[in-house]
Amino acid sequence: MNPIVQVEGLRKTYGTTVAVDEVSFEVREGEIFGMVGPNGAGKTTTIECLEGLRKPDQGMVRVLGVDPQRDGQTLRERTGMQLQQSNLPDRMRVWEALDLYASYYPKAADWKDLLAQLGLEEKRNAPFSKLSGGQKQRLFIALALLPDPQLVFLDELTTGLDPQARHAIWDLVRDMRAKGKTVLLTSHFMEEAERLCDRVAILDHGRIVALDTPAALIRGLEAEERVVFNLDGGLSPVLEEALSRAGRLEVQGERVVVHGKGDRKVQLVTEVVNLLTGLGVPFRDLRTEQPTLEDVFLSLTGREMRD
Amino acid sequence: MKGLLKTTWMEAKLFLREPMSAFFTLIFPLMYLFLFGAISGNEPTPQYGGQRMIDTAIPSLTAVIIGITGLMSTTMTMATYRESGVLRRLRTTPVSPLVVLAAQVIVVFAMTCLGMLLLIAAGMLVYHVRFEGNAFSVLAGFVLSSLSFFGIGFMLAGTMPTVRTAWVAGMVLLYPMMFLSGAFFTVDLLPAAVQKVSAFMPLTYVVNLLRGLWTGQPWGDHLLDVGVLAGMLVLGIIVSVKTFRWE
Repeated sequence: MNPIVQVEGLRKTYGTTVAVDEVSFEVREGEIFGMVGPNGAGKTTTIECLEGLRKPDQGMVRVLGVDPQRDGQTLRERTGMQLQQSNLPDRMRVWEALDLYASYYPKAADWKDLLAQLGLEEKRNAPFSKLSGGQKQRLFIALALLPDPQLVFLDELTTGLDPQARHAIWDLVRDMRAKGKTVLLTSHFMEEAERLCDRVAILDHGRIVALDTPAALIRGLEAEERVVFNLDGGLSPVLEEALSRAGRLEVQGERVVVHGKGDRKVQLVTEVVNLLTGLGVPFRDLRTEQPTLEDVFLSLTGREMRD
Repeated sequence: MKGLLKTTWMEAKLFLREPMSAFFTLIFPLMYLFLFGAISGNEPTPQYGGQRMIDTAIPSLTAVIIGITGLMSTTMTMATYRESGVLRRLRTTPVSPLVVLAAQVIVVFAMTCLGMLLLIAAGMLVYHVRFEGNAFSVLAGFVLSSLSFFGIGFMLAGTMPTVRTAWVAGMVLLYPMMFLSGAFFTVDLLPAAVQKVSAFMPLTYVVNLLRGLWTGQPWGDHLLDVGVLAGMLVLGIIVSVKTFRWE
């Protein structure tokens, strides 16, 4: 089966800045593929080269089997694109936007169905400027779905949205996959990529530094887990010594964090709880924290601030 | 074709929903017509060659509408669409940029026509203005003047970096032109030095051409006006096509 998107040795520079450098990957049919990375990592430049909005300096790009630079028209008819920064006229109503954009596609989906699917029926007659951030994004998703596309590009879809809106949009993206569409998205929320994507590429300084399923990326990190709890009386020297044998200790007032990988046989949390109860130390609010994609991300891209 | 029709219809609705553009194109010229009527009444004025001032108010105020739609409506719509990302969103669809530009020209032209028709209707009904020209000639002069001014609007939208600078540039061109082109009072009344300035204002040629054709003068008397406006139109098309940017 041919991949939906094929990228080989993609390079794009702006002046002396190399935005994307030797990026290669494939997107398979029916998957949700995510690109994550710090600001300026080259996610948007990459996606815009695939959409045909930017011309690559070097490298091969095929989207739905065509070169976006040579056959942009075919691409625009068969893919849905949601851009990081775009707008509609303030006074255009929701239904008018859908009706207008539908007229641009030779075989457009029925916009009335999309209105219902995206929960915008109540906002049918609302002007664009009166929509909330989440409603605007839903409208942009509806516009992206108008051509009934095989492939949907979503660039920073949930940036600036509240948790409710974000979860609603994640459901919509899963829905696209259930309908057999392929989704290529960028995000800087690791949680979003971890929950939503089948495969994730981590970009940094214009290069792909890791590419796999979120679970495999996390396993590959072999990161420590953490056990966090509160002690009313503070840490006694006896307890401190006992806990240090289980893992690295971090004390923040009443809060104690044990970092460790545990034994092969005994989990870190069991070890810590056994120690505490064995010594008869009362503790509160104990929880464990598993490594997440964010840990993978930080270990690969470093902790220093970007731009 | 379906895309062009829908886009045009949508742009027309948006134009009328924007209170500023609808007011300046449709209502503001009528207010001036009634103001002129109140000032000069129905008496002939020597400065207008024995005609009543109100008789030439319609072509003059039509020229003002053309200045406003060309320099304000066209410039602001295109500059705003580009800066806010409306054009960027359109670019991801199969629609051609020509459809977007054509819809804009059709709508602004239709609104300019509507403004002129309102003036004519009010002038005929209230002041019984005389019309001694040829309707087709006036229409042809109107089309030429409108298109050449839309050209300036697209040029400004294409060359100015932001909405604010496009707006300022439009205003800086429009205001002196309204007062010095002879649209509100004849250039003959102005000091000689100011008359020289008025020769550099494109709107002066619109006023001269439309007022001449309205009062029945032949095209031969207005070759300079036609030449200047046609030259501006060609320049406008070339520059706006060259400087068109989606973002």
